[in-house]
Amino acid sequence: MKVVVPVEAKSLDAPICPSFGRTPIFALIDTDSGTHKFLDNEAVTSHGGAGIKAAQMIVDSEAAAIVTCRCGENAAQVLNAAGVKMYKALNGSVNENIAAFINGKLPLLTDIHPGFHNHGGGNK
Amino acid sequence: MRIAVLSGKGGTGKTFVSVNLSCAAEHSVYVDCDVEEPNGCLFLKPEISARVPVTVPVPEVDMSKCIRCRKCVDFCKYNALALVKDKMLVFCEVCHSCGGCSLFCPVKAITEKERAIGTIEEGKSGNVKVLSGCLNTGEASGVPIIKGLMNRLPKDSDIVIDCPPGSACTVMESIREADYCLLVAEPTLFGVHNLSMVYDLVRLFDKPFGVVLNKCLPEENPAEEFCIEHRIKILSKIPYDEGLGRLNSKGHIAVREYKQYRELFEELLTAINKEAVW
Repeated sequence: MKVVVPVEAKSLDAPICPSFGRTPIFALIDTDSGTHKFLDNEAVTSHGGAGIKAAQMIVDSEAAAIVTCRCGENAAQVLNAAGVKMYKALNGSVNENIAAFINGKLPLLTDIHPGFHNHGGGNK
Repeated sequence: MRIAVLSGKGGTGKTFVSVNLSCAAEHSVYVDCDVEEPNGCLFLKPEISARVPVTVPVPEVDMSKCIRCRKCVDFCKYNALALVKDKMLVFCEVCHSCGGCSLFCPVKAITEKERAIGTIEEGKSGNVKVLSGCLNTGEASGVPIIKGLMNRLPKDSDIVIDCPPGSACTVMESIREADYCLLVAEPTLFGVHNLSMVYDLVRLFDKPFGVVLNKCLPEENPAEEFCIEHRIKILSKIPYDEGLGRLNSKGHIAVREYKQYRELFEELLTAINKEAVW
């Protein structure tokens, strides 16, 4: 299964990035084969809707799950539409989070925030 | 003459000055551009003669025509569109209504539908015609409402435009049509900081401008010091007056109740008319 983690640098030992939409890099990890690659987040310089664009990238990467500290409403709507499961990250590195994920230690992310720019909400 | 009243900081007395200025004129139009919380009508209590919705165009995607080329998704700088599986998600609050997605669609799968974001009310209060914009709760930008108000400004009338606080997009849209900008300042450091921001803004827009010092106390006035330092014309000083506060809290209009305030605002109007002649 493919899992995405927002990360500060191109290393599995690097700390997880607390931002989802504005993370510089996503680590895409294949837990079956143990392989990984890094994706530059195209949304990082967006004027707005960074979460939407980042979520679109993750959907396109065909990941089945994401491990993140938080996620906005609009991004969550995109991920939910694609059936990408969201898990709550621990403080720590990508490797530590992936280990916890494989061992079933990470809870599902339920506190979806309404966005930081007062225009969350998506389709109403 | 079109006078825009702005201040940067909220609560300095924009609405107080705007309402009283419009009432001091023989005939005038009061325009409430503070569309997130329009409160000029609390004082003017106009009889509403028309209420029109303000809408913005947003995309609607016909998935039976869509070929999943993503030109629209890639074009949108605000990321208002996402293609997930066989569904196009449209984030209306993020959309800036530029229409680019429908122009770029090679198979014409995108049409635009109108989405209501607020209303404009028209009414009359004695000698004052009232135009008031109101943005629906939760909407991101009041700019389309202010554009709607600007399109309704009558020609050849004395107009007072009550601007929103701040110095961002909504304020720029509100002063665009103005012949003169009146900056309302209060004697606080915070007030002076925001006064300096709108001072920069009106110079950037190349508008003639002057200052009204509101809530003046006998002691030092940092806003007055700022004006003297930058050689800004002070057109009027309104004293700090508890009676005025009580009057405002009841929704009364000083110019319509007290001779001294009628005279003060008539003089202010005369001063602006003199200043605005280039």
